[in-house]
Amino acid sequence: MAAGSSIDALGQFELHPVLGALGESLRFSQSPMMMIVAALLVLAFLYVGMRPAAVVPGRLQAAAEMCYDFIYNMAVDTIGVEGKAFFPFVFTLFFFILAGNYLGLLPFSFAFTSHIAVTLALALMVFCLSIIVSLKVQGAKFFAHFMPAGAPKALAPLLIPIEILSFLSRPVSLSIRLFANMVAGHVMFDMFAAFTIMLAGLGFFGDIIAVGPVVINIALMALELLVGALQAYVFAILTCIYLREAVAH
Amino acid sequence: MARAVMYNNIRRAKSFLASSALALPLMAMAAPGARAEGMPQLDFGNPYVIGQVIWGAGIFLVLYLLLSRSALPKVEKVLSLRRQTIETDLGIAHKAKTRADEAVADLHAARRKALADAQANVDKVVEEARLAAARQTEEMNARLAAEISDAETRIAQARTQALASVREISTNTAETLINQLSGIAAPADFVTAKVGSAAAARGL
Repeated sequence: MAAGSSIDALGQFELHPVLGALGESLRFSQSPMMMIVAALLVLAFLYVGMRPAAVVPGRLQAAAEMCYDFIYNMAVDTIGVEGKAFFPFVFTLFFFILAGNYLGLLPFSFAFTSHIAVTLALALMVFCLSIIVSLKVQGAKFFAHFMPAGAPKALAPLLIPIEILSFLSRPVSLSIRLFANMVAGHVMFDMFAAFTIMLAGLGFFGDIIAVGPVVINIALMALELLVGALQAYVFAILTCIYLREAVAH
Repeated sequence: MARAVMYNNIRRAKSFLASSALALPLMAMAAPGARAEGMPQLDFGNPYVIGQVIWGAGIFLVLYLLLSRSALPKVEKVLSLRRQTIETDLGIAHKAKTRADEAVADLHAARRKALADAQANVDKVVEEARLAAARQTEEMNARLAAEISDAETRIAQARTQALASVREISTNTAETLINQLSGIAAPADFVTAKVGSAAAARGL
């Protein structure tokens, strides 16, 4: 973080092997470890929450059911009746990202969603799924979408490349949005935390002023809690929108 | 004393403001070597960057399978059970309400019937009382009419008797007056005839 008089705000994103030699050989870094923790948390939330299976739910069960209903309604309202089939996928995607974003806010933790490779892989998975569903449902008509209905045919050489480019930019925007938000938040955390440590070394006045970055970091934590949920939601809702276009006849 | 405290407070405020004004430059001075050496996320030569994608794919797949095959169906099962329970309970409640409505309707009908019966009974009793009263009145009127008739008969008889005596008394009175006034005893037949004609002239 703060090494001497410099700030290494990006060092937090470096990947290191965990579990010693086994981790090195398996390319197992802290990122997949946090993915496993995130997956376990999501599963534990549902399994422990739904263990009472009560008709009148307790707090944890009610929370689990609310999460279920929230994603189910999002999928069905956005995609349509066909959304039921994609609900488990959207649920997995939303809570995997949400848990990843929130786990990254814990001290000594790691936000795997701050890696473009991870977010791009997730975005490409959504992109490929939407193409597969489109081809399966619409067949060759899928390609007709690249020429907007009602547009003059003379404009086709201009419109079709633009539409294709717009379509291909989906995974890019989807992945960079999540990645950039997470990186920006964590860099700001690191910067202000480093300010606190450095200012504390400047004596009495430094001690007093060092309170400022701490207060800012507290506010940033609230902001990041919002951003973490919002980005997971945006990723999930865009997935639903792409799938709606894919299942539309 | 109070002035000293005030000066002290002002001094404190000044030092706080001065330190606050110095905050940003000091922050900047505190991090002169802030640097960006390149993003580790873009170091695709690092095997762990691609490794996390492969691991991530596996973890996501396992999570998806566990959620779709086990965890989410459990939630769905509980939710559908609740829906079913609510629907069943609502059905029972609807049936109970229907039965209650029917019971209330029956109660109202019975109440109306009882009211109508009671009214009919009251009307019947009143009619009977009225008929009895009318019968009694008729009987009383008949009795009174009979008594009046008897009384009239008796009065007529008494009158007849009285009228019959009037001639005798008048004859005796006339004989006595003639005798007293003239000192002559008038013949009884003559007086009787005169009294009889006078009485007849007066309708007696």
